[in-house]
Amino acid sequence: MLDFIARRLVAIIPVLTVVAIFVFLMLRLTPGDPAAIIAGDNATSDQIDEIRRALGLDEPIWTQFLIWIGKVLQGNFGESFFFKKTVAELIAQRVEPTLALAVCTLIIAVITAVPLGVLAAYRHGSLLDRCVMGFSVLGFSVPVFVIGYILIYIFAIELGWLPVQGYIRIGVNFWGFLERMVLPSVTLAVIYVALIARITRASVLEVLNEDYIRTARAKGLTNRVVLMRHALRNAAVPILTVIGIGIALLISGAVVTESVYGLPGLGRLTVEAVLSRDFPTIQAVILLFSVVYVLINLVIDISYTLFDPRIRY
Amino acid sequence: MFNVKKSVATVVAAAGLAGLLGVSPGQAQTLNVVMHSDLKILDPIWTTAYIVRNHGYLVWDTLFAMDDKLAVKPQMVDKYEVSADNLTYTFTLRDGLEWHDGKPVTSEDCIASIKRWAAKDSMGQSLMARVAGMKAVNDKTFTMSLKEPYGLVLQSLAKPSSNVPFMMPARVAATDPNTQIKPEDVVGSGPFIFKRDEWKPGEKTVYVKNPKYKPRSEPASGLAGGKVVKLDQVVWRSVGDHQTAVNALLAGEVDMIEAPPHDLLQVVAKDKNIKLFNANPLGSQYTFRFNVLHKPFDNEKVRQAVLYAFNQKDFLNATIGDPKWYKECKAMFICGTPLETFKGWEDKLNSNFDKSKALLKEAGYDGTPVVLMQSTDLAVLTNLAPVAKDLMEKGGFKVDMQAMDWQTLVSRRAKKDPPDKGGWNAFLTSWVAADVLNPVMAGFFNAGCDKAMFGWPCDAKIQELRDAFAKETDPAKQKALAEAVQVRVTEYPTHVHLGQWYSPMALRNNIDGNIAAPVPVFWNVTKK
Repeated sequence: MLDFIARRLVAIIPVLTVVAIFVFLMLRLTPGDPAAIIAGDNATSDQIDEIRRALGLDEPIWTQFLIWIGKVLQGNFGESFFFKKTVAELIAQRVEPTLALAVCTLIIAVITAVPLGVLAAYRHGSLLDRCVMGFSVLGFSVPVFVIGYILIYIFAIELGWLPVQGYIRIGVNFWGFLERMVLPSVTLAVIYVALIARITRASVLEVLNEDYIRTARAKGLTNRVVLMRHALRNAAVPILTVIGIGIALLISGAVVTESVYGLPGLGRLTVEAVLSRDFPTIQAVILLFSVVYVLINLVIDISYTLFDPRIRY
Repeated sequence: MFNVKKSVATVVAAAGLAGLLGVSPGQAQTLNVVMHSDLKILDPIWTTAYIVRNHGYLVWDTLFAMDDKLAVKPQMVDKYEVSADNLTYTFTLRDGLEWHDGKPVTSEDCIASIKRWAAKDSMGQSLMARVAGMKAVNDKTFTMSLKEPYGLVLQSLAKPSSNVPFMMPARVAATDPNTQIKPEDVVGSGPFIFKRDEWKPGEKTVYVKNPKYKPRSEPASGLAGGKVVKLDQVVWRSVGDHQTAVNALLAGEVDMIEAPPHDLLQVVAKDKNIKLFNANPLGSQYTFRFNVLHKPFDNEKVRQAVLYAFNQKDFLNATIGDPKWYKECKAMFICGTPLETFKGWEDKLNSNFDKSKALLKEAGYDGTPVVLMQSTDLAVLTNLAPVAKDLMEKGGFKVDMQAMDWQTLVSRRAKKDPPDKGGWNAFLTSWVAADVLNPVMAGFFNAGCDKAMFGWPCDAKIQELRDAFAKETDPAKQKALAEAVQVRVTEYPTHVHLGQWYSPMALRNNIDGNIAAPVPVFWNVTKK
């Protein structure tokens, strides 16, 4: 197992190298000059050139890359072109809302989707099954921002139960934090619930036709025990896989959700950085997302062994 | 019967709940505002971005300022004298001016600030080209000696929009103008204090009332007069999405939106708790900019044809829509200002396509397509380019409209390359009226070839007229010169003005006292 983990961790290095080169080149090859953006609308060409020089953007691309990668290897992601703050500081400020959103979304998604999927499989062909599948299609089809605006309209503007936007840090005011997390998390969870419920249903349905389930039932076990202990546990591997893959969905969804709900998280930081061509920030955030994605999938792979003893690394 | 135990328990429980919810008694009077953009840069001299200019007006003060009639009034200056030969200006600062760190504002601070501003700003550069020297007479008095009479000394020091000559402590003003000042150096003498520890880009920017600020005794007018602060703090909330900002205003989570998009104004206006206030009666001006370096706009006659093909109403209808929020105006220096004049434009901007085609024929236009850049991500600009394309095609042009985001456009417009190698022929933008009040202030009139703004017009006559305008001290003669510049631009077109438009702020009804000024300001504002 340790050997497997070590191998997977080492495999991160080429992944990150490719991501780093790709992101760096993409940013330099796409149109848009941070110096012109910083200088503002009234700036002259000379002023723009001065800023470009000050930011080191007048150097050849490979020189810029080597300088950047050299600093990254020392743990220094550089300074944002705009904020006069280090990128590490910016990311540290923005991690909490995104992390909170991701955790709340995962919790809501798992505790909703897994039972729904199991029930849909158990009541295969029933009205409940059709409703779950219908919701699943809807969850995939409706864009996150539409769901967000609908929820805001109903729960924040019409009913006035929850705030429209904003974020309060968990350490500052716990209830304020919870209040502001409900709508964004539910919004982002919709697509995730749709995905997990669908996969859970399919996996459980497949398992329910296995001989050992028939044996369990023949032994006189209750439906609950058959479903939870025998069927769900054996169906867990594909569900976990989907949760892992869904992390990418969560990251892209967070970008939209944070914008709709005015959450000062990494998703919005990414959008702002892209729009203002803040190269050091974009590069660092993309690298961070890549690391998170790889590590979460590593954790998922390891967790397979907990559910299926046949899997060994 | 009164149950003491129960009452105490209730009070304790309420206090506990209040503490848990973060509610504190006697909360500070806070104005929550959604500005047009998030504040990322803190130095209003380093960039010309409007959001940084607005931030500047909270933190720093100016020597002079323009009132609501655009007349220059002293602000930090108590009194000033101009020598009989118009070559020496003596400025004396008001008593009691203090930086936020408690140190007094001195003449040396002002001299250093003027120098740093002038190194970046076009009006500042024009002023400094005539300045022989500046000298501190004492802590509160300094002089500015000129090489020749210059009519725009006070107008320059009262320049309302980017770059604004904000006064900074000498140690801060010593920062290289091409280097951004540090966050810890955001120390001004203005009516609000920037809370560096609470500045969270992407989340909020906090300003608290400067308790030591001594406002002038005159009532507030435009950017001049007494800056009396009636709030404890102003918080700029960063809400990236317009719809979310409007929803937050409707729900009472924010008190004000600086510039709600025009398509959401109707939604906002329908709510009885919200009011709209046009804080900038002069508004903004749409502009079509030529690049004179390349075919076909290297030919003056071809550019003149555009003047005949266009009309302002089509542009304004396509972008703003509601006539309540726009105005057709053929005055290049803005309708309603001292330099308002229509001379030279009477027969233009009427979509006279026959005249446009005739001019193109006369110019020998060979059908070279005009590469027109369209920005697609700013609602107030997106529809301009399709209208321009349509009108130009009707006027005999071929147009290659290329869509891109605004930031790409900003980068591309700085390129002098030919259009087929990444350059451009034309684009459309908008100026705040305060930026285009006279031919020296308005950057697009600069026809100084390589020294001009992108588009690089090159015309000695325009430059002579601008220079004469700058030297002139008599307002009547200044107006005649501005008129001459405007007429000359119809012969040698540098840009086309496409009408004025207004962007009202949306406020909760309990917010009052907002001042009509070219820049959103927060003094005099109350929250009931």
